[in-house]
Amino acid sequence: MSIDSRTGAAPLPSGPLSRVDYSERIPNNVDLASDRRLQRALEGWQPKFLDWWKQLGPALPTKDVYLRTAVAVGRDGWAHFDHVPMDEYRWGIFLAERDPDRKVNFGKHKGEPAWQEVPGEHRADLMRLIVIQGDTEPASVEQQRILGHTAPSIYDLRNLFQVNVEEGRHLWAMVYLLHAYFGREGREEAEQLLKRNSGDLDAPRILGAFNEETTDWLQFFMFTYFTDRDGKYQLGTLKESAFDPLARTCEFMLKEEAHHMFVGTTGVQRVLERTAELMKRHDTDDVLPHGGIPLDIIQKYLNFQFAVSMDLFGSEQSTNAGNYYTSGLKGRWMETRRKDDHVLLDATRELRYVEDGRITTKTVPMLSALNLDLRDEYVADCANGVRRWNQALEDAGLEERLYLPHEGFFRKVGVYAGHHITPQGEVVDEAGWNARAAEWLPTPEDREKVASLMIPEYEYGKFAGWIAPPKTGINDQPVEFDYVHLADEGLI
Amino acid sequence: MTVTAETPPIVRFATSPDRYRHWTLEVDGAVATVTLRVDEHGGLVPGYELKMNSYDLGVDIELYDIVQRLRFEHPQVKAVVVTGGLDRMFCAGANIRMLAQSSHAWKVNFCKFTNETRNGIEDATANSGQTWIAALNGTAAGGGYELALACDQIVLVDDGSSAVSLPEVPLLGVLPGTGGLTRVVDKRHVRKDRADLFATKPEGFRGGTAVEWGLVDAAVPRNALAEEVARRAQQAVRTSRRPSDAAGVPLTPLDRKDEGDTIVYPYVSARLDRANHRVEITVSGPNDAPPAAPASQGADYWPLAMTRALDDLILHLRTNEPDLGIWVVRAAGDPARVLAHDAQLRELAGDWFVNEVRHYYKRTLKRLDVTSRSIIAVIEPGTAFAGLLAELALAADRQYMLEGVYEDRDEDAVPATIVLTPSNDGDYPMGNGLSRLGSRFWGRDADLAAARATFGRPLDASAAAELGLVTVALDDIDFEEELRIVLEERASLSPDALTGMEANHRFVGPETLETKIFGRLTAWQNWVFIRPNASGPNGALRRYGTGRKGDYDLERV
Repeated sequence: MSIDSRTGAAPLPSGPLSRVDYSERIPNNVDLASDRRLQRALEGWQPKFLDWWKQLGPALPTKDVYLRTAVAVGRDGWAHFDHVPMDEYRWGIFLAERDPDRKVNFGKHKGEPAWQEVPGEHRADLMRLIVIQGDTEPASVEQQRILGHTAPSIYDLRNLFQVNVEEGRHLWAMVYLLHAYFGREGREEAEQLLKRNSGDLDAPRILGAFNEETTDWLQFFMFTYFTDRDGKYQLGTLKESAFDPLARTCEFMLKEEAHHMFVGTTGVQRVLERTAELMKRHDTDDVLPHGGIPLDIIQKYLNFQFAVSMDLFGSEQSTNAGNYYTSGLKGRWMETRRKDDHVLLDATRELRYVEDGRITTKTVPMLSALNLDLRDEYVADCANGVRRWNQALEDAGLEERLYLPHEGFFRKVGVYAGHHITPQGEVVDEAGWNARAAEWLPTPEDREKVASLMIPEYEYGKFAGWIAPPKTGINDQPVEFDYVHLADEGLI
Repeated sequence: MTVTAETPPIVRFATSPDRYRHWTLEVDGAVATVTLRVDEHGGLVPGYELKMNSYDLGVDIELYDIVQRLRFEHPQVKAVVVTGGLDRMFCAGANIRMLAQSSHAWKVNFCKFTNETRNGIEDATANSGQTWIAALNGTAAGGGYELALACDQIVLVDDGSSAVSLPEVPLLGVLPGTGGLTRVVDKRHVRKDRADLFATKPEGFRGGTAVEWGLVDAAVPRNALAEEVARRAQQAVRTSRRPSDAAGVPLTPLDRKDEGDTIVYPYVSARLDRANHRVEITVSGPNDAPPAAPASQGADYWPLAMTRALDDLILHLRTNEPDLGIWVVRAAGDPARVLAHDAQLRELAGDWFVNEVRHYYKRTLKRLDVTSRSIIAVIEPGTAFAGLLAELALAADRQYMLEGVYEDRDEDAVPATIVLTPSNDGDYPMGNGLSRLGSRFWGRDADLAAARATFGRPLDASAAAELGLVTVALDDIDFEEELRIVLEERASLSPDALTGMEANHRFVGPETLETKIFGRLTAWQNWVFIRPNASGPNGALRRYGTGRKGDYDLERV
């Protein structure tokens, strides 16, 4: 049997009597080989994960994909690139390096050594936080499973799959914590992570945005930009956790999350570049007949994804968030760089809300408004991306610009829920909203228009007409590299 | 000095007649006379004088010792007369200044112990053939009358001035919390409107009315009191089943060693884990087969020695270690030997001594039931939770059982099993009158029947879990970590909420005099105790004796 240098080695033969060596199969830096608890847990969980991956993972059959695999956590060379059959992807378990002197940096335990075990007092809350985070990871894989059928290029297909396997790995990371630190209850929760499914009416994913359909690639790019960015910010708060294994896990996950941000940022940008080019060339806003996505539809997609992602931060005022902070479970974004007492008992902030048909503010205790604190950081980051996209429009010599809608626009959670706020931040009544909603949110017709452009392009180096090619390829490979080998060679 | 969290006195419950300061015990054939003559300067804690035969915890510890010794050391005693040693004063009840200066926790614990002792007096009458008769040589007020209420019969001197009364409500703004309110209506069947009059009338009622309303059984002139009491005592003697010729079993001094944070008795040990707010208690089984004649071993008879140690430990921890809110209970030893004793206790139940041991163990388990601590039973290899010791596991709020063995520590160990016997099904009933098994499966007759069908059979973790006898059965990979987290989690919850929650879960099913006293009466009393109307600066309890009455907030809550 010859080994294809591009697909890597086949798994070692394992007869009926040979035990699976999980430490070999699963790259890790948690000493898996000597951890009986974890091995036992994985024996039960790994086959279920693979079943889930086969049923609800990417639907497009592939032979192998040029994927990045995490193999270490060091500053240089933490990832390895190679062609890998996706269901043999080596989902690893990696925690950032442990700092033996790490302290709790905030809340009532500030200054105490970070926790290496789950304190019984906080088991329920910590498990809840991990389960919610863990639930989002496989959800997005499920949401994106059919996108492969309409990929605009082999390059983009590869990026989709990269995001998918890394969401899978992030699921592994959360499952590792549940298995390693939460006993039988943790194992049960880990199993539930595979039993809830995106959009399943009987057992939906926990958070609303993860039950929305990902209909097309524009939405995929918006999702990776806005919704994955929420994930980045949530991870950023968990990275501060007093529970050190969670902090270290999330710190490493953030490394990979950067790629998802990249896919979103450049994806939307390339769509815009193409749209701008067509607008310029044909001197029209209506680029659909010319194979591009009209700018107003892009704005509507942006509006929608921004709003549902904002909902993921929860209510502006949250007792839970305050308790998590005070207990040391979940910090603020860039906690250690903040110049305050990191206890916040006396701190306050302004909260915007709707009263008597207009948006006004009141002063509230900071501890009660930590969800809002995090969301504000997120919004600022999102605004940066929009500036960057607008640069592309400017570079193309266009006057038109994208914008972030008002924070109260189309919200289902928090102080704006139940009110109608326009993207510009005006409070309107229901009739006013209904009259103009189609200007602000993608209509079924808009989605159909986008869908009409979603013709797969599987030829190496070729790109669908609605999106510009990237400047460079992945891992210094050329853009036309054979990033994906489809299972059915006839398609290529 | 006041009894506060800063200066808690360490209380010892072990005493003996030669050390009594407040009571005398005279035995005359089949009748014992117990006389209260409180040493005014003999308070357990400085700050109050025990005037007018009022009592504090120290006085009640002696009474408890007397009750116990009468049962074990004096098999021939079939009637017990309790009377006052002061002129025209039986007992004025709990000392008010002591109550006023005590912390809430101290008051609550004091009331619990006095209640248990009074229940013990009723238990002696009911189950030991030792009938208690109160000879009220003078006024019995508040806790004094409540002590009389615990007796089977009450004879009051009819001298135109001596009265029985429950003046707590009108004078102190608190309740007669040592069973008074409950026993007046529930035991003595006093009409509720009369009970209401009685409990709001500070001076109470003298002979005639007291008899008519049922507050006492008889009121006789001073010169006839001794005769009337003797007549009643002899009548009780005639109907008693206690032996006249048996030798008593001396309750020899407890062999207790305190070293740092460990307490060791024969068959019981405790390790105090202050950092984690818990106590690890291990009860050990017997070292030998049961003796042919249990009384011949005296206080060394394993079930008695184990019970005495456990009783003392419970009292010690409850009173002196209020911060240790979780008791982790294990049983160790050879289950076969435990079961042999278990069977003997049942076979020889008719023997006066074995009968006493059984009821003593029952009362000690009841103490556990009303203890305001989270009790967690841990069942591992080497466990001896079988028969009567399995009652300890069933008394716990939760049971954690190791499935298999600790492979890293001792892979050749024998996995733990538990064994149920009829001991778990009625030999040692709870205060609600049900067995612990019956309480566990209240309203689940099929589950109860399934558990009964296993009597005598060792049940491993999966069988025990299947039958619902343990909360969680986990193997060694999960067990210790799970237990650690559970105990830490428990330690982080509100002690007040836990106490209330546990008390509610432990007692299912019917109400009894005991459950009413430990539930309704005690809960109300403890609420009243912390209200400003009682214990605020202007509350009645605080102001008592200052010449000023309490200023009440008149809002009804």
